[in-house]
Amino acid sequence: MIHSLFLINCSGDIFLEKHWKSVVSQSVCDYFFEAQEKAIDVENVPPVISTPHHYLISIYRDKIFFVSVIQTEVPPLFVIEFLHRVADTFQDYFGECSETAIKDNVVIVYELLEEMLDNGFPLATESNILKELIKPPTILRSVVNSITGSSNVGDTLPTGQLSNIPWRRAGVKYTNNEAYFDVIEEIDAIIDKSGSTVFAEIQGVIDSCIKLSGMPDLSLSFMNPRLLDDVSFHPCIRFKRWESERVLSFIPPDGNFRLISYRVSSQNLVAIPVYVKHMISFKENTSSGRFDVTIGPKQNMGKTVEGVVMTVHMPKAVLNMNLTATQGSYTFDPVTKVLTWDVGKITPQKLPNLKGIVNLQSGAPKPEENPSLNIQFKIQQLAISGLKVNRLDMYGEKYKPFKGSSFVSDGEQEPKSLSSQNFT
Amino acid sequence: MTDSKYFTTTKKGEIFELKAELNSDKKEKKKEAVKKVIASMTVGKDVSALFPDVVNCMQTDNLELKKLVYLYLMNYAKSQPDMAIMAVNTFVKDCEDPNPLIRALAVRTMGCIRVDKITEYLCEPLRKCLKDEDPYVRKTAAVCVAKLHDINAQLVEDQGFLDTLKDLISDSNPMVVANAVAALSEIAESHPSSNLLDLNPQSINKLLTALNECTEWGQIFILDCLANYMPKDDREAQSICERVTPRLSHANSAVVLSAVKVLMKFMEMLSKDLDYYGTLLKKLAPPLVTLLSAEPELQYVALRNINLIVQKRPEILKHEMKVFFVKYNDPIYVKLEKLDIMIRLASQANIAQVLAELKEYATEVDVDFVRKAVRAIGRCAIKVEQSAERCVSTLLDLIQTKVNYVVQEAIVVIKDIFRKYPNKYESVIATLCENLDSLDEPEARAAMIWIVGEYAERIDNADELLESFLEGFHDESTQVQLQLLTAIVKLFLKKPTETQELVQQVLSLATQDSDNPDLRDRGYIYWRLLSTDPVAAKEVVLAEKPLISEETDLIEPTLLDELICYIGTLASVYHKPPSAFVEGSRGVTHKSLLPRTGSNESVESPDTAPSGGPAADQPSVIPTQGDLLGDLLNLDLGPPVSGPPMATAPVQMGAVDLLGGGLDILMGDESEGLRSDVGGSPAMGGTGGSFTPAPNTAAPTNVGAPLGTGLGDLFDLTGGVGTLSGSYVAPKTVWLPAMKAKGLEISGTFSRQVGSISMDLVLTNKALQVMSDFAIQFNRNSFGLAPAAPLQVHAPLAPNQSVEISLPLNTVGSVMKMDPLNNLQVAVKNNIDVFYFSTLYPLHILFVEDGKMERQMFLATWKDIPNENETQFQIKDCSLNADAVSSKLQGSNIFTVAKRNVEGQDMLYQSLKLTNGIWVLAELRIQPSNPNLTLSLKCRAPEVSQYIYQAYETILKN
Repeated sequence: MIHSLFLINCSGDIFLEKHWKSVVSQSVCDYFFEAQEKAIDVENVPPVISTPHHYLISIYRDKIFFVSVIQTEVPPLFVIEFLHRVADTFQDYFGECSETAIKDNVVIVYELLEEMLDNGFPLATESNILKELIKPPTILRSVVNSITGSSNVGDTLPTGQLSNIPWRRAGVKYTNNEAYFDVIEEIDAIIDKSGSTVFAEIQGVIDSCIKLSGMPDLSLSFMNPRLLDDVSFHPCIRFKRWESERVLSFIPPDGNFRLISYRVSSQNLVAIPVYVKHMISFKENTSSGRFDVTIGPKQNMGKTVEGVVMTVHMPKAVLNMNLTATQGSYTFDPVTKVLTWDVGKITPQKLPNLKGIVNLQSGAPKPEENPSLNIQFKIQQLAISGLKVNRLDMYGEKYKPFKGSSFVSDGEQEPKSLSSQNFT
Repeated sequence: MTDSKYFTTTKKGEIFELKAELNSDKKEKKKEAVKKVIASMTVGKDVSALFPDVVNCMQTDNLELKKLVYLYLMNYAKSQPDMAIMAVNTFVKDCEDPNPLIRALAVRTMGCIRVDKITEYLCEPLRKCLKDEDPYVRKTAAVCVAKLHDINAQLVEDQGFLDTLKDLISDSNPMVVANAVAALSEIAESHPSSNLLDLNPQSINKLLTALNECTEWGQIFILDCLANYMPKDDREAQSICERVTPRLSHANSAVVLSAVKVLMKFMEMLSKDLDYYGTLLKKLAPPLVTLLSAEPELQYVALRNINLIVQKRPEILKHEMKVFFVKYNDPIYVKLEKLDIMIRLASQANIAQVLAELKEYATEVDVDFVRKAVRAIGRCAIKVEQSAERCVSTLLDLIQTKVNYVVQEAIVVIKDIFRKYPNKYESVIATLCENLDSLDEPEARAAMIWIVGEYAERIDNADELLESFLEGFHDESTQVQLQLLTAIVKLFLKKPTETQELVQQVLSLATQDSDNPDLRDRGYIYWRLLSTDPVAAKEVVLAEKPLISEETDLIEPTLLDELICYIGTLASVYHKPPSAFVEGSRGVTHKSLLPRTGSNESVESPDTAPSGGPAADQPSVIPTQGDLLGDLLNLDLGPPVSGPPMATAPVQMGAVDLLGGGLDILMGDESEGLRSDVGGSPAMGGTGGSFTPAPNTAAPTNVGAPLGTGLGDLFDLTGGVGTLSGSYVAPKTVWLPAMKAKGLEISGTFSRQVGSISMDLVLTNKALQVMSDFAIQFNRNSFGLAPAAPLQVHAPLAPNQSVEISLPLNTVGSVMKMDPLNNLQVAVKNNIDVFYFSTLYPLHILFVEDGKMERQMFLATWKDIPNENETQFQIKDCSLNADAVSSKLQGSNIFTVAKRNVEGQDMLYQSLKLTNGIWVLAELRIQPSNPNLTLSLKCRAPEVSQYIYQAYETILKN
């Protein structure tokens, strides 16, 4: 099971260590540093590293490496999932998962880690339970504590800990009973130069914020549940009901949580809400090229496309770019050769356009490669997959809750292969 | 007001100051001081000097302070064992506290203090906590048993904690069950023999119930534990699968992957005809795809596992090619894995898309990735024949880019393409030669030299090209030197007139100026070949090379089957069995896939090199169970209509085995290079694995054997058939009744005459149609029995006609341990169908003629074999005297080494040897008044004793 945990910042300092069994010397991290050096880019450090006596399994989150040391055969996914859970918990407790936040709350961090894992076995990882055991820091509480001498460690057994619904604490009370569901969808698409979709997939999640008193039993139904190809559920959802009736029936945790995540792909045609017209060419022998890109909205049911950002990885030979944008602003980083164009909102009347001259390294051969364009955008009030919530019912409690749901579509698409020699 | 203040140091010396604060009267100050201590501890500072002061703070009713002190204790108790004793009393007291949280905390912390003296005090509180009324305490105590076991295993066993832990599996609370399972699994890992997790249908049922209700982590433990269970039959397997399937929708990817493992493993037992099998296959794909939208680290582990799954069951993901397309922002380790899977999934249907993607990748920035992409294009060409042309032209395009590493990589793969499709793409050689100068990597140089040597007759200036390489001969790596030597010899054999000088030059360079033994030896061999018999040299050096196989880097099937059992673990990330890398592999037991017990099942790809190896390898030829995973039903049978004459297959395979193993033994490691290279094929590091022996490609793969109940019968039969009677050749018994084989009745027996074993068969046609095209094949068996010749039935068998055949057998076939040991599974084919039956052969047909041991040798061996290998049997109602017994046994190659008379009893000392070289020593006691004989057998492989005894009985009673 998980032996030890080291937190390492980007400059390679170990700023926290925690051992659940015997103490493992910091020197074990040298193997990790070695791998890090080899990987050049921080993102490319392999997640599983073997050393003569231990295995190091790491994740990279918010500029911190969470490196766990294990000694026996343990499912690596189990370790990685757990590490992400640790990072999530920090985020939840301190508002951010950063080195300063962790150092500022080092005692709470230590108490949390101790509570989350016992002898390498996960003990309590549900945020509801943890918050009952160890109260999150607030300015008010620390002031009160210093006056009254009380502590931020709960001294009773969390009620949810052992019930069949460990995710919910008992005795929840709200004056305003509210339930919100945010449907957030992300399109991931690869489009070739002729505009046809090579690959498109929608990753969706329903994030909920439930503030309901007592033990509400909710059921959420969709107009078109068959749309979903694959779903991953929060443990609170009753799988049997979904299997038989396609209804999400659950007793929700208190507060914010991810209800389901789902995937919609090939079977259902995914309509891409934006299109790109592009003209990128490099002239032979003149060490310059032309660049002309226009973005426009496609069918999107009258909703506006917002927050559009385009990034282009230009070929290595590009020295600089002289462009004019009809809308938004652009930057070009000559070191990483990344062009970023922050477009903003697209208005169909006046399509945003970016064009100008590309300066190439003199004497360099004409670049072969064709840059891929990556476009990110947001559409409010629309789930791109067409997923629609039918109704939400509540059983078990008498009050009338306020119900709300919102939809956001995030897009990320990668039209590739802009020159004519590909995809013939 | 943040904790960072705890890190600031004062001038006076931190420890001193802290000490004062810890001993302060004010509670608040104390708590702050302890927090400071903890803060120093977290960054690895040594604050052990404060031990007594911190322990003094332990007796408090403030829970936070208590927890902090406990945290400190866990870290430092080991370094101060004597002081730690001071804390014991508080612990024991806390274990009685009315608050379950404190009880649990105390028992939890105590388990973490790795000090022997403390563990003694831990036992009583732990025992109480294991039976505590509060499940929270019980579940904490369960983990504590595992901790204690880690510190002092003997203590845990003596105190009977293991039994209590086993009882907790039946606990009413799912959380307790999950933790008990986790603790038991961890203990079992370090004690493989202890059989702690004795799973039976009842306990499985409890686990499945707990599975639905416990936390996600508990689900992982339970699923991993379930995967070790062997269901009794396909029904049980199916019902477990049904209850595990909902876990595929869990948000925690580790739960999903553990569920996949259970399903993949139990699926092996389900019949492919079941509707459920198809449903299950369909259900597996979406969760696997979803894993790929998780964080990159999770993706990486998932991809490594998908790589295994795709090899085992390609049908699951065959339509999901697109999800493996590389995204530009994937980390490199994810990119490389995706590429690997793309090639595995490449087929004629999707090759165009794959190639277009691969070409894109080849223009990326990352060198490793680009290289792998180029290599992947080559592998596509080899895998999908229809795409070869397109791949070659893509590679040529890439060569035109003149990017150095792309060119080199392309040349290496083009060489493989030449080997796969000889005489098809040689027109590109000219383009390749243009890039000769830019090659600076040994592998690429060696590949290029091989191409020049192989096609020397088509390259006008081949001699000039090779000569240019020869100039810097000494600076080249061994790989290139060896290749150059072979290439020049090839060139010489093709154009002897112009290149005599060149060949002499290279031979002298290799033999006189080199101190590399491989190079020198190869040089001498060529030299001698050329000087004694140029024709023979030509035959050897320019011999036709076997085609390289399609999949060059498939994991060997037995290993793959084992790895499937380890899905989700480190083993699956490294693609190695745990025994290969887990520290102190004491804890490792081999796992195996389960044999299918349903109806018929198609055949897995033939395994030309069973890891058991031929008899010569080791005295005990029966390989361990682990090596033989899932091979039970590995009948390499062709379908009845289109299959090749199968009687030849086993012989061929046997021969390959012999050669492979034999050569290794004869020549040791050094022969490695020679074997693959004498024929002139390039031995490049990366492609070394690709030279699979020809039978692999020739043998039929993956053929469904269409029959209704064939295998079901096969298993029914094992018990009853083959009772042995008659005088050392048993009378024929019916092995395959006509009603089970569409009218073909087979009866037979085994015999051994002057060193040759034969299977005497009577085939009777009881159907109304003529039968023809008979062929026979054996499944792998314990002693490698295989037909030595094809089954020859000269004329078609008319209805109601019988034919007697004596089929010679040899013992060079593939070896697999069977149960019972002498079980032989046979498949017989005729023009109607394929039929399976199994029979037991008497072991005495395997007793060889030179089984007589020298007296001295006998004595020494008898002493040498440990006593626990001795087994005693009673042969009842045998009224023969010692001489008669001796002569009767001698006829069956059981030799009497010595005879003694002790107190009126005759003692016969006998020896025999089995075909695989196992010696069996026997002591036979004959009392004149008693018709029962006592037989004691000693053998290094005691599992054969039982069957030797049967053979004795058979011989003596007939």
